[in-house]
Amino acid sequence: MSEPTQIKPYLRLAGLEPLVIRPETNFVNVGERTNVTGSKKFARLIRENLYEEALSVARQQVESGAQVLDVNMDDALLDGKQAMVTFLNLLQSEPDIARIPIMIDSSKFEIIEAGLKCVQGKCIVNSISLKEGEEKFLEQARICQRFGASVIIMAFDEKGQADTQARKEAICQRAYDLLTQKLHYAPQDIIFDPNIFAVATGLEEHNNYGVDFIEATRTIKKRMPLTHVSGGVSNLSFSFRGNEPVREAMHAVFLYHAIRAGMDMGIVNAGQLAVYDEIEPQLRELCEDVILNRNNDNNEATEKLITFAETVKAKGKTAVKDEAWRSAPVEDRLKHALIHGITDHIDTDTEEARQKYPKPLDLIEGPLMNGMNVVGDLFGAGKMFLPQVVKSARVMKKSVAWLTPYIEEEKKNNPLAAQGSVPKVLLATVKGDVHDIGKNIVGVVLGCNGYEIIDMGVMVPADKILDKAQEENVNVIGLSGLITPSLDEMVHVASEMKRRGMNQPLLIGGATTSRMHTAVKIDPQYEHGVLHVLDASRSVTVVSSLLNKEQKKEFLSTTCSEYESLRKQFANKDKKNLIPYTDAVTTKEYFDWKKYQPVAPKQKGTQVWKNIDLATIARYIDWGPFFIAWEMPGRYPQVLGDPIYGTEAKKLFADANRLLDRVIKEDWFRAEAVYGFWPAQSNNADTIRVQTEQGEVKLEMLRQQLKKAVGQPTFSLADFVRPEESGGNDFMGGFAVTIHDAQKYIQAFAEVQDEYNKIIVQILADRMVEALAEYLHECVRKDFWGYAAEELLSNEALIREEYAGIRPAPGYPACPDHTEKLKLFSMLDVTENIGITLTESLAMNPPASVCGWYFAHPQSHYFGLGKIKEDQLADYATRKGMSLEEATKWLRTIIE
Amino acid sequence: MKTIQDCLRARILVIDGAMGTMIQRHKLTEADYRGARFADWSTDLKGNNDLLCLTKPELITAIHREYLDAGADILETNTFSSTFIAMADYKMESLAYELNVAAAHCAKKAVEDWYRDNHTSPEETPKFVAGSIGPLNKTLSLSPDVNNPGYRAISFDEVVDAYTEQVRGLLDGGVDLLLIETIFDTLNAKAAIYAIEKLSDETGIPPLPIMISGTITDVSGRTLSGQTLEAFYTSVMHARPLSVGLNCALGAKEMRPHIEELSHLASCYVSAYPNAGLPNAMGEYDENPEDTGHYLEDWARNGWVNIVGGCCGTTPDHIRHIAEHVKTIRPRPLPVLLTTLIETEEA
Repeated sequence: MSEPTQIKPYLRLAGLEPLVIRPETNFVNVGERTNVTGSKKFARLIRENLYEEALSVARQQVESGAQVLDVNMDDALLDGKQAMVTFLNLLQSEPDIARIPIMIDSSKFEIIEAGLKCVQGKCIVNSISLKEGEEKFLEQARICQRFGASVIIMAFDEKGQADTQARKEAICQRAYDLLTQKLHYAPQDIIFDPNIFAVATGLEEHNNYGVDFIEATRTIKKRMPLTHVSGGVSNLSFSFRGNEPVREAMHAVFLYHAIRAGMDMGIVNAGQLAVYDEIEPQLRELCEDVILNRNNDNNEATEKLITFAETVKAKGKTAVKDEAWRSAPVEDRLKHALIHGITDHIDTDTEEARQKYPKPLDLIEGPLMNGMNVVGDLFGAGKMFLPQVVKSARVMKKSVAWLTPYIEEEKKNNPLAAQGSVPKVLLATVKGDVHDIGKNIVGVVLGCNGYEIIDMGVMVPADKILDKAQEENVNVIGLSGLITPSLDEMVHVASEMKRRGMNQPLLIGGATTSRMHTAVKIDPQYEHGVLHVLDASRSVTVVSSLLNKEQKKEFLSTTCSEYESLRKQFANKDKKNLIPYTDAVTTKEYFDWKKYQPVAPKQKGTQVWKNIDLATIARYIDWGPFFIAWEMPGRYPQVLGDPIYGTEAKKLFADANRLLDRVIKEDWFRAEAVYGFWPAQSNNADTIRVQTEQGEVKLEMLRQQLKKAVGQPTFSLADFVRPEESGGNDFMGGFAVTIHDAQKYIQAFAEVQDEYNKIIVQILADRMVEALAEYLHECVRKDFWGYAAEELLSNEALIREEYAGIRPAPGYPACPDHTEKLKLFSMLDVTENIGITLTESLAMNPPASVCGWYFAHPQSHYFGLGKIKEDQLADYATRKGMSLEEATKWLRTIIE
Repeated sequence: MKTIQDCLRARILVIDGAMGTMIQRHKLTEADYRGARFADWSTDLKGNNDLLCLTKPELITAIHREYLDAGADILETNTFSSTFIAMADYKMESLAYELNVAAAHCAKKAVEDWYRDNHTSPEETPKFVAGSIGPLNKTLSLSPDVNNPGYRAISFDEVVDAYTEQVRGLLDGGVDLLLIETIFDTLNAKAAIYAIEKLSDETGIPPLPIMISGTITDVSGRTLSGQTLEAFYTSVMHARPLSVGLNCALGAKEMRPHIEELSHLASCYVSAYPNAGLPNAMGEYDENPEDTGHYLEDWARNGWVNIVGGCCGTTPDHIRHIAEHVKTIRPRPLPVLLTTLIETEEA
């Protein structure tokens, strides 16, 4: 049994995370730049309604170490209440800022109250005072107390602001007694601000202000030890405005002494605090004299500091590191923003540069392209990674978007002069296919390397692609596709290019494409260059080689001979390796069916499951492919600790998780599933007969024909269902899952030129639907079908597929015929039930969709079919009632 | 008469289990929900469980009674959604006050019948009625519109008004405690606290003891509005609650580390009433009563809890097992609140 815990009377604050102020906390930095009275920049942003940028001021404060964020909207030109509410509400949706507590700062109590109504955490109110008497003071304090806020009490009473030590002490004591006795305010929630006033003003009566504050602090902490003391430090050095080095030194010296006296909180520029020990000794000495009012008869110390300040001022001081780039010429600023992916100032910088250059296009082709070339070089040299490049592209897009209206204007006035010389690359996902993540990444990367990208989207028919290519006179055409039928479509596009007499090189990319297929099937259709591009990073060198006259010739001839040898290799592949289909059927895989007791599915008939909880699905995400999509090699989670990619991988992972949190919390996606289980039997001839509610459906499977070692079976999915002649029943199932609505957000990000988040959302939708398939499969095994009710596996084990039973998808290695998907869709009424449609190539739309068959036998397993011979093709076509020609079309990639 | 504080010092108290799960078992029809009074109401009413306090009060009282028989010390009123904001779904905004009064009466009646049938009295075996204050279907910290993160579907003042009316109904109906529960947005809970304190300031009647129970929605240990457990507690401790705890969203297994953390943080009593495990794929809770009982016993033995019970999916059987398992275990002692920062010798 535990002894009672002891709980100390610490000041406890909270944003999304707690902040406990203990005696050893030393000093709490309150970020001051989100204050319209103290920061001209912040005031301008709020006045101009640029809240997004205003948030970045807050973020910068947090990043430079602010532990509490002071927010003040007291400006005569502002509706302070409205500005406070708007800013605080927006801030709540930025977890990296909202994690720290807020100090709601206003001289108008109605603004404070409005602010308190927006913040879930425990805030500090800055400030209330006895200025208007006890009644008002207690009324306001009671309201703060109902919100659970800590309060800053300014040393101010009916007579005015306290300037002497004695008055400061007296007012604070009076306020303390009222709060603790009349309202039972917790003493640790009371913070005093005994007023920091400017010293070294030349007026002798101001010289002791520093000492007054420090000594009052000492008394307050002695008499009321649970309370805290805060202050606005920058007032102190007001007379040295414009001389930052001296001001910083004064602040550091003052804080050194005030903290020792008990000051435990202060409003400071969190990014600009000098270290006491590192102040130049002479300057430090002079500051101490002024602040502690030593050797200061006839303003002697003040005079000395003023004289010294002149010399410091002349020398100047390097600006704070983070913002130094802001003072560089506009071209350098653009370059910096591009390389670092900073969008904050891009509109103003672009505008400034636009006015400097004769034509907006000069700006694009000059400084912006130069910046992007550096990005391209760094990427090529492995010093930047894909996620960073995409962020750079976002900056570029924003800048170009700013310039676009001016370019249009110019085109109107002078059509010729506006002609750019930037090479154009046209990209499209071919007809029948909806997958475009890879294509989008290629677009961004090429865009970063100085090419104009014309992205035609998905499901684009050949004539549309080629019309556009001719109309825009593009330099290169790139085709993308993920499913196998797209390969045929690419062949078709190539042959059309030849028919039209085009001469641009054709790039081929996408998950199912291969060098071999490109060499054997596509390249022979078109003589002006067909190039398989493995990934986005590779696309840059390929395109630049193609656009360089000298390099192009050599590059194409190298590729040509490479493809030639691939074709030879393909032609000479020994066909002996395949055995006749009739033989293959006899070497099928045998399970001991007599011993097998199939479990009858708990649920019968077609089941539709909608509004599936996104948070649950997210637990099943396999992050490995997420990093692969971003071209970050290595396994997850090891990639996060990778010496080269680790830092960026972690950032990417954090960004992705932040977005995923929003996806879940704000219900961006709709996850839906349909599934069913039916009695089924196989027939030793690769047909599975399934008894559905609407009658029998025959599923046709394909069998390996690869010659294997003696005793090794040739696999077919049909072997995983009990054959008729073994007697007894068996079952199989089918499913389809999808993620709806991702497109909405992809579109929304695209509209604000945010390629980075767009691609993340796109990949997340893919990851989520795969996770959903995994989750559903688990539910099926454990419950809906229930054949493995006892299973207990971790997510890692699930990813390693350590469970019983499989869920192969029509169109993928074990059953590569996409047309079987049509049967699955009709058995489960997939389109009607959960809205997945099929394109003419049988790709599923939305792209984040997965479907497949369920086999429950514990020995069932995944395999790759490999190549098949004409004999099986003929048998299969007969079984399916398809013409040989049509079967050939769908199975082309696997026919020997 | 013994106060709840007296009882909490002596032993671990048991709060009841799910109301919705029990109502579901009765397979009520639309007509059952409507009763005679709302036969012609313009919207569907099936699923408006709080309404049953008016249309089928004997059923609600009977469910309360089952929990008392199972060993519950604290009953929750059937008022999770009885605010004009949540009732808007059924166009029943104007009934909010009445629903709360009626719900309190249902629970009080169950307690009185139980005293009578067991020949006992509040002096001997006190039972308490806690007025349940739910989280609302609109939140103050989150925007429902992704393209406009600064937007809010409702204002703090509206939420305060809704809770004020609810609390007034609960007080008039005679509840003994107020329970702000299933908090997933701390700002909504702060509005409830604000409403209770403001009402007390205005009437001059000291507030009833407040129980506060948050909801951790994921394994990372944060509320839906993004706060860590400690931040959540820090943000509501000004209510000087009788107890703080967690309920819903997680099963006992997943809730364990958070209850442990809370037991070290909280300067008041600690409550915990988890769901009956995590929902299975069909959205049903299937942890059996014996298991739930064992989990909570473990927490009690570790000295982490003062009030235990069940949330979604739990039944009188679960409560019976829980009560049985914790009955002889000493409650978590109330922490000592130091009033000085100077270290004491024994510390």
